Amino acid sequence: MLGIIEQMKEKMQRSEVYKSIFRHNYQDTQRNRALQIVDNVFLHLHPVRISRHATNIGFTWGMGGITFLLFIVLTVTGVILMFYYRPAAEYAYDDMKYLMNDVAFGPLMRNMHRWAAHAMVITVMLHMFRVFLTGSYKAPRQFNWVVGVLLLTLTFLLSFTGYLLPWDQLSIWAVTVGTNMARATPLLGHEGPFGPELGMRIDNDVRFVLLGGTQVGPPTLLRFYVLHCIFLPLVAGIFMIVHFWRVRKDGGISGPGESKSP
Amino acid sequence: MEHLLKIISKPDNIPIVFLLVLVVFYTWYGFKQAIANDRAGTPLEASMSDKVQVWPYLVRVEFLAALLVMVILTFWSFLLDAPLEEPANPALTPNPSKAPWYFLGLQEILVYFDPWIAGVLIPTLIIVGLCVIPYIDINPKGNGYYTFKERRFAVTTFCFGFIVLWVALIILGTFFRGPGWNLFVPWEEWDTHRVVALTNVDFSEFFFGVPTRLVDDSLNPLGMIIGSVTILLWYGLGVAYYFWKKGTEVIQKLGLVRYSIVAFLFLTMMSMTVKIVLRIGLNIKYILVTPWFNV
Ligand code: HEM
Repeated sequence: MLGIIEQMKEKMQRSEVYKSIFRHNYQDTQRNRALQIVDNVFLHLHPVRISRHATNIGFTWGMGGITFLLFIVLTVTGVILMFYYRPAAEYAYDDMKYLMNDVAFGPLMRNMHRWAAHAMVITVMLHMFRVFLTGSYKAPRQFNWVVGVLLLTLTFLLSFTGYLLPWDQLSIWAVTVGTNMARATPLLGHEGPFGPELGMRIDNDVRFVLLGGTQVGPPTLLRFYVLHCIFLPLVAGIFMIVHFWRVRKDGGISGPGESKSP
Repeated sequence: MEHLLKIISKPDNIPIVFLLVLVVFYTWYGFKQAIANDRAGTPLEASMSDKVQVWPYLVRVEFLAALLVMVILTFWSFLLDAPLEEPANPALTPNPSKAPWYFLGLQEILVYFDPWIAGVLIPTLIIVGLCVIPYIDINPKGNGYYTFKERRFAVTTFCFGFIVLWVALIILGTFFRGPGWNLFVPWEEWDTHRVVALTNVDFSEFFFGVPTRLVDDSLNPLGMIIGSVTILLWYGLGVAYYFWKKGTEVIQKLGLVRYSIVAFLFLTMMSMTVKIVLRIGLNIKYILVTPWFNV
C-alpha cells in the first residue's frame, strides 16, 4: 500500500504539470533553501542570505513587517466591507447596521478592519521609534526614512478618512474637529492669516474643497470614501513598494558593520 | 474610578491603552539594549553579523510573528465590537468633541496656540522636521545598533518629542480632557456644566505689569514690543549658543545652515513645552498679541 503511494508521488513529481509549477524539490539543501526564496515571487522580496542580527526580533521588533501585514489584512477586510457599504448619506449608516446585525461574519470583518487600522497606526509609530533608536536613518538610508515619513502621514490619513465612513455621531464630529483646522490655513483658509485678504470665504477656501461643502455633509462622505478606498491605498502601496525596494538597495537591514567605514 | 473605567472601556480607547503599554515597554527595552551596548563597548549586533539563509531563519520568524498578530487581532475582533453610535446629526454637537485619538496631541496644542499655528504650521513642521532628521544628524556613530552614549542629544530630543509631546498629549487628551475641553482627573465624573473662570493673563502683564490692551481696548504697543523681544530672545538662544560653542568640532562639522535648522526646530519644539507650562502653571495665555496673529 505504502509503496503504491510512494510510486504515485514520484510519478506526480516527475510529471510535466508538477514540474511546471514547482521548480525544485524539497530536500533540505543550501541550494533549495536559496531557490525557495528566489523562485517565489512573494518571498523574493527578501535577499537569499542576511546577517543574523536582522533575524533577531529584539533588533527590529518586527514592527515594519507587522505594519505591512496589517495593511494586507486591511485590504482584504476592506474589500469585503465594500460589498455591503454605499457611500451615500441616506444609506451609509443603515448599511453599517445591516452589516453588524444581519450579515454572516459581518461584525467580525468590520471589527477586524477597525482594530487592524488602530493597530497599524500604533505599529507604524513604534517602527519609526525603532528605526530612530538604532540610527538606521543614517547614510545610506536617509531617503528611505523620508519615504517612511510619507508612509506615516499616509497611514494617518487612511485612518482618518475611514473614520468618517460609518456616518454616526462619533465619525462626523471627530472629522469635523479634525477638518476645522483647515479653516485657519494661512492664505488658503477663510479664518487664516491673510486668507480673507486674498478673497477666501467659507464657501471657497481649502476646507470647502476638502469637504465639498461648508460643513461635513454627504459630499464629504463621498470624497472621503474615494480617498479612503482608492486614492490613499494606491499611493501608500506605491510608497511601500519603493520603501521595500530601498531597504534592499541600501544593503538590507542596517547593522553595526557599516558605520565603521563611512 | 468608575469614570476611568468608562473612558478606558470605550472601544476606540482600547488602542490607547495598548499604545501606552507598548510605548513604555519598548522605551524600556530600547534603552536596555542601548545601555548594554554602551557598557560592552562593542554592540551586541556586531557579534551577530555573520550571514544566515533567509529560508528558514528569517521566514520562520516572520511566520510566527504573523501568526501571533493574527491570533491577537482575531480575539480582539471577536471580543469587542467596533463602535456604532447614533446616526450622524449635524445639529447635535457632542461635548467634548474629540478628534480621533492619534490627532489628540494636535488638538491639545490648539489650547495654547492660534488654530493656524496648531492646526497647520505645527503639523507641517512635524512632517518636515521628521524628513530632515537624516540630513541634519551627521553624527556617523550609532548607525545600525542601539546606543545612547554616542548620540545623547539626538536620542534625548527624539524621545522627548515622541513620548512627551506626542504620546503623553494623546493620553492627556483622552483621559484628562472633558466637556468644554476642561481638565478633569480621570476618575472624576464629567460635569458638563462646569464653567472655569477665565483668569488668563498675557505674558507682558504677568511679568511686567504691562496690560495687552489699553483703556480704549486698542493693543498696547509696549506689550507688543515686550512680546516680540521675548520671542527674539528665545530664538536668540540658538544664536548665542552658536557663538559660545563655535569652536567645537560638532558645530564646525555641522556648518551654519544645518546648525540653524537644528536650532530652529529644537527651539520651536521646546516652545510647545514652555507654552504648556506657562498656561497650565501660571495661566499665561499669549506671549505676543498682534492684530493679525497671537503667539
Ligand atoms: C506603512 C508604513 C511602513 C511599512 C509597511 C514599513 C515597512 C518596513 C519594513 C518591513 C522594513 C524592514 C525592517 C523592519 O521590519 O524593521 C522597514 C525598514 C525601514 N523603515 Fe519602514 N515601514 C513603514 C513606515 C516607516 C516609517 C514611518 C519610517 C520612518 C520615519 C520608516 C523607515 C524605515 C527605515 C529607515 C528602514 C530601514 C531600517 C534598517 O535598515 O534597519 N518606515 N520598513
